[in-house]
Amino acid sequence: MRNILILLMTFGSLVTASAQEKNKNAKYSIEVSGNCGQCKKRIEKAALSVNGVKSAVWNEEDGKLSLILNEEKSSLLDVEKAIAKVGHDTPDVKSTDADYEKLHSCCKYDRETGH
Amino acid sequence: MYKYFLIVLFAAIPALAQEPEQKDTLATVTVKTSSSSIRKSQTAVTNTQVMTSRELLKAACCNLAESFETNPSIDVNFTDALTGAKQIKMLGLTSPYLMITEENIPSVRGASQTFGMTFTPGTWVESIQITKGAGSVVNGYESISGQINTELIKPATDIPFFFNMYGSTDSRLELNGHFNERFGDKWSSSLFVHGNMRRMPMDQNDDGFLDNPISSQINVMNRWQYNNAEKGWVSFITARVMNDEKLTGEVASHHNPSATGFWKSEINTQRYDIATKIGYVFPDMPYQSIGFQNAYSRHVQDSYFGNNIYNIAQDSFYSNLILNSIINNTRHKFAAGINFTLDRYRENVIVPGIDNNFDRIDNSLGAFAEYTFDNSDNFSLIAGMRADYHNRLGVFATPRLHVRYNPWADGTLRASAGRGKRAANIFAENQQLFASARSFSILDLGGKIYGLDPEIAWNYGISFSQKFKIFGQPSDIGFDLYRTDFSNQAVVDLYANVHQVSFYNLTGNSSATSLQVDFNYEPLKHLNLRTAYKYYDIETDYLSGTNQRPLQARHRLFANVEFATHIDDKGHRWKFDTTWNWTGEQRLPTTEGNSSWNKLPVDANPFSTVNAQMTRSFSSKFEMYAGVENLTNYRQDKPILGSENPFGAEFDASIIYAPVFGRMMYAGLRFKVK
Repeated sequence: MRNILILLMTFGSLVTASAQEKNKNAKYSIEVSGNCGQCKKRIEKAALSVNGVKSAVWNEEDGKLSLILNEEKSSLLDVEKAIAKVGHDTPDVKSTDADYEKLHSCCKYDRETGH
Repeated sequence: MYKYFLIVLFAAIPALAQEPEQKDTLATVTVKTSSSSIRKSQTAVTNTQVMTSRELLKAACCNLAESFETNPSIDVNFTDALTGAKQIKMLGLTSPYLMITEENIPSVRGASQTFGMTFTPGTWVESIQITKGAGSVVNGYESISGQINTELIKPATDIPFFFNMYGSTDSRLELNGHFNERFGDKWSSSLFVHGNMRRMPMDQNDDGFLDNPISSQINVMNRWQYNNAEKGWVSFITARVMNDEKLTGEVASHHNPSATGFWKSEINTQRYDIATKIGYVFPDMPYQSIGFQNAYSRHVQDSYFGNNIYNIAQDSFYSNLILNSIINNTRHKFAAGINFTLDRYRENVIVPGIDNNFDRIDNSLGAFAEYTFDNSDNFSLIAGMRADYHNRLGVFATPRLHVRYNPWADGTLRASAGRGKRAANIFAENQQLFASARSFSILDLGGKIYGLDPEIAWNYGISFSQKFKIFGQPSDIGFDLYRTDFSNQAVVDLYANVHQVSFYNLTGNSSATSLQVDFNYEPLKHLNLRTAYKYYDIETDYLSGTNQRPLQARHRLFANVEFATHIDDKGHRWKFDTTWNWTGEQRLPTTEGNSSWNKLPVDANPFSTVNAQMTRSFSSKFEMYAGVENLTNYRQDKPILGSENPFGAEFDASIIYAPVFGRMMYAGLRFKVK
């Protein structure tokens, strides 16, 4: 029953989505530091925990995070903050040394100088 | 005839083997990406195995029904001594309790239940997904013990030309040709042509009956694919025509076709399929898509078995509209949609006890919704619900739930529960019984399906798998425990009377419990070992008392070893594969009341069978293979009861618990143009 309610709500939001401006599905691709499969899970989890992030896929090969974001709810900076909070550097927000140190040893990517 | 064929085949090797080698792209990629041709994902919510087309190459041959011989999750049985059609079972339940789909469109159902899987040639298959337990609600409500979905080769990724030839000592010859053409950058088309035949009468056990039918099949499929990645459209149009003829019975009747008085059987089937699929992915929302599938098929079987006549024609239309999207973000996904099914049956049954037409029209309309949660780490679940109206099954709900949890590294725990409901096509599903002198009786009259009520069952399952290393090499162990509880079943009773089969609604309990323990190990690169133990307890309350389902072994063992040499830079490679199956005691239908020489014991003896194959790749384009099935030549003592008097009361060719045909050798070749 709960599922049906959720579905009905979603259908409702889909209808409204098509009537709104573009930034409901803003696409970004940003570089996020990381080096392994565990990092991927952590980065994507952090990004998806931000209200308004619809999709977040981090590519281990080139370190690029592809985002689809509802900009009415949050900004790219909010996402970068959330990712930095779990220890991964983003273009605009860097992790604190304390957050970086909390990473599992295999996830301790090489940080740029100055940190 | 086949001897000459084999000579020609081997004579062709040196010539082709000398061919200068080109790039080996496709083959090398496949080999690199998966070390095993059976994959079980650690992140999938359902208990699903994916068999790649490479796995199919390990079995002798040649169609979908025969492609599970190296897979422990599915048991391949033999149905009757005459048609040689292979029946498959999962969790101890026969294929009618599985949902068998082709690219997610229900394919083997209704009239095609017994032979349908033999109408898809193995070379057409790209991959097979085998799901144990309740399964998804998206494709319908009929599945009870599991789902088997077959993906066929897609024109957009097909190779320009493929040719395969196969011949075996049971006088079977098969030919496959695939042709592919691209039209611009959006359209592509593949044409698949398959033919098989068996021309030589064989009677290894000297019972006066053919061990395998004289048969021929022509099967042609044309697929068109439209891909427009920029706009987000993909579409398939698939059309298919099939004609299959089988002739079997007494050997004497074959040598003298015009003579009367011999026991003969013919099964002639024509099938026409047309299916369309349209998919649209929203370009700025890649997580959102709409799919629309439509399929029409016509299946006509005309057959007689001695004096028994069975004709069935089914026109079937299926339509499915589905929307996939997300709720907030991709951790919450959903699928929702509607589907419609229309089946028109014309069925004519003339057997002892029944002389009737069972013409009918079935239709159903349903809506479904399925929610998927994935924490993008160690937990996911799928909760599905559908509501359907069916003119014979009524209005009903079908809930299904799957959960996956990774408690620690490389360990996966899964659980599932769900309901299934279906109309049993008692004649189409039990055609092997026509090859007997049994009288047929339906003991209930009140229901809407041959007088019977719909079959309803709940299936519950739990499974655990753990990957680990032994001496640094990968291995894994798995446990699957499943139970199916029928609240109603169309019971097929072969225990009450040796000269009768009765069908009736379940009174009391019927359940199927199964346990499978797997152990797989790769001690060396390219050396793979697969083993399994399977336990089945399939118990039904018959009118004569509680008993095990007949022809079902309680214990089974399985082992498969595959070994391949490294591919050298010219593409040369050897591959070897051996499968051992041990089948424990099986309860047999009653033969009490027959003459002493036509009596069988209560249980059949355990037995083993061994299959082996080797393949030689001469390049990425050309390879040859040869193998043997039933190496130890194990055969059932007396596959046909009462064969001395085929029109007498004791005639019964339906009690088959072991191979009828002995050792069989085969060889074939595959040629690809890339």
